[in-house]
Amino acid sequence: MSILSLHTNTFKNGIHPPENKEDTRGLAIRQFPFANELIIPVTQHIGAPAEIIVREGQEVSRGQMIAKAVGYVSVPIHSPVSGIVKKVALVPTISGSKAPGVFIQAFPSSGQEVAEGYCIDYKTASADEILKAIQDAGIVGLGGAAFPTHVKLKVPEGKVCDELIINGIECEPYLTTDHRVMLEQGDDIYMGIRYLMKVTGAKAAIIGIEGNKQDAADYLNSIKPDDIPVSVKVVPVKYPQGSEKMLITAILGKEVPSGGLPLDVNVVTVNIATVAEIGRLLPFGRGIQERVITITGPAVKKKGNYRIPIGTPLRFVLDHVGIVDDIAEIYMGGPMMGPAVADLDISITKGTSGILVFGSKDVVHTDNIYPCIKCGACVDACPISLNPSKLGILAKFESYDRMVTDFNLMDCFECGSCSYVCPSHIPLVQYFRLSKSRYKRKQALNQN
Amino acid sequence: MRKITLNISTSPHVIIGLSTDTIMKHVVYALLPAAAFGVYAFGWNALLVMMTTSVGAVLTEHFLCKWSDKPSTVSDYSALLAGLLLGMTLPPIFPLWMAFLGSVITIALGKFIFGGLGNNVFNPALVGRAFLQAAFPVAITTWLQPFLPERFYSVASSIYAWPFMRPTVDAVSGATPLSAFKFDKVSTEAYDMAMGICSGSVGETSTVIIILGGIYLAWRKMMNWRIPISIILTVFAFSAVFYMIDDKVYPSPFFTIFSGGLMLGAIFMATDMVSSPITSAGVWLYGAIIGLLTVVIRLWGGLPEGVMYAILLGNAISPHIDNLVRPRVYGTTKKLTVS
Repeated sequence: MSILSLHTNTFKNGIHPPENKEDTRGLAIRQFPFANELIIPVTQHIGAPAEIIVREGQEVSRGQMIAKAVGYVSVPIHSPVSGIVKKVALVPTISGSKAPGVFIQAFPSSGQEVAEGYCIDYKTASADEILKAIQDAGIVGLGGAAFPTHVKLKVPEGKVCDELIINGIECEPYLTTDHRVMLEQGDDIYMGIRYLMKVTGAKAAIIGIEGNKQDAADYLNSIKPDDIPVSVKVVPVKYPQGSEKMLITAILGKEVPSGGLPLDVNVVTVNIATVAEIGRLLPFGRGIQERVITITGPAVKKKGNYRIPIGTPLRFVLDHVGIVDDIAEIYMGGPMMGPAVADLDISITKGTSGILVFGSKDVVHTDNIYPCIKCGACVDACPISLNPSKLGILAKFESYDRMVTDFNLMDCFECGSCSYVCPSHIPLVQYFRLSKSRYKRKQALNQN
Repeated sequence: MRKITLNISTSPHVIIGLSTDTIMKHVVYALLPAAAFGVYAFGWNALLVMMTTSVGAVLTEHFLCKWSDKPSTVSDYSALLAGLLLGMTLPPIFPLWMAFLGSVITIALGKFIFGGLGNNVFNPALVGRAFLQAAFPVAITTWLQPFLPERFYSVASSIYAWPFMRPTVDAVSGATPLSAFKFDKVSTEAYDMAMGICSGSVGETSTVIIILGGIYLAWRKMMNWRIPISIILTVFAFSAVFYMIDDKVYPSPFFTIFSGGLMLGAIFMATDMVSSPITSAGVWLYGAIIGLLTVVIRLWGGLPEGVMYAILLGNAISPHIDNLVRPRVYGTTKKLTVS
């Protein structure tokens, strides 16, 4: 890179919300106990829901497949616990709608040994075999999006992958799962990278880490293996750097074209926890039965980073960590993009990266919405240089077509930076979500 | 199991903790030292003028809201800010009924007619002042000498002039540095103008205090600092060129930036968020245009002062600046259409 290059290891605009990671960043990952009954919905990933292959009354062992993938953009689900299938019924999910699911009652005295499959050796297995193994392990993006990882890793005909970027940014405030995974599962991460290098054919792997996790970067550098061309790159702290597009710009200085994928600039990005899980599971042919979650927030008594079985009911999680009496809101994921929980009967899924509990005095909620004063704070915050102020005004007038054609609404990835900075408290990102869905519905109606 | 009531809200669940009324309130706070200096320099006259415009603006806002069956928006402080700004741009011995009329125009025609806060095309206070300049050209150019010994014992009689009566001027009137230069070719020391030892509008004389208020707002991130910097640099550079061509005819650049309402206008008027461009790149151009127009009006126009009209013209073209200076959307080669 020449000295005249203006590339500054970060992306344009963005915001600096308070990190609030101090409470949990130093706490090692702890194993969470099994709940009596685990509730496992089949809609844990983007794509076709898995199909349940167990019946009521059937005994299942930990790690056994209980729902199989339907089609290519889908992954199977494995039992998180040895127990008995009590019920196959509709279960509540975070989205508010119900989905088919499996209720498994844990055997109280079981050793909870994990069922193993065939070992996939990165040295001998072919790329397609590894991809198949990743799908069979039920692996999805653990950063929160829960998109099936094998789909993302598949480099289509005519495309090449030059760089594999491992996303250890974790730019959401409060969350420290990726930080702990990097500190505690370094070997798993490098094992995972070996698999991914083979699958993608990448010439180099770069682990991107934000400056507030320097200890993790130092640790990963210190145990760096010699057999793979991998490097660690520390970038300045800024939200939303963990977004795929922003990360690619921060590390390589390239921009992913509007509407395109990272592969359009010869890059594949994978979340670091996903990589660690691949490195942890594939050598044993296991499937995902648990994941690391940060449980924090001002209303939580035993804050920490926990390895929690998939399907653990949220109610059980909160009882176990203890919460203060007047809780007001619970968020699944980080505070910038995570949805609020409406029902305590939902359970932990593969996409849950954090649980945040806020007491009534911690919620900065306001009903006082002022008119837009065109201060331009949102324009200076938007990482993709949209004009949220103008988009917000158009949304009020329901000019969805103009929002899309003239103002690139569809490029918005709903990071929430505009809403965060707005002094008039205009719920801009909520307007945009609504406008996008209304626009899509209108398009669909027009086509018929 | 105990019952838990959960609130549902949309992300993001954390916000920066700044609010529009807080911004307006802090702009008022930042203006208060300069206003207080105005009272110190011009006595109770100045206080009466500023109070009349502030109260007039707030009352007008309140009654217009009630009249149009809307909740009163007085609590967002924007009406108070517009009123106070108007008062600070008027001469200290300005008849109060005219000042009150100006504040009504400020809110009604400067702001409310466009749809209230956030929709005004022009800076409301300057709309009010432009109206007063056109309607009462004599009263608005009748100045008071600063630091008169009787300023805290008596009030100029013109202040109490009855509506539509020609005010009698009994006060010791003084020329502003700008009019002194324009009409009599008498220059004032930049140091005196910076310290406020000169005639002028109620709140514009002490440029140092105004600059400190601006630094406070810029530090609190409640003002786009690029606008005053751009205006002042442009004015300085442009007038320096003419000063170098002929220093007998043209004033020195230091005189230009410290005289008249330039600082007040650049720091508190041109930075009105609603009527200035939205992009950080656009405000540089906006400031440069205001700076150029100010110098052009001051040097060759009929009036000694040009800041007000320069800012109003800048406001008028700011939507076009937004259209011209458009950021490139990430991952595209397309530039956004803005208006």
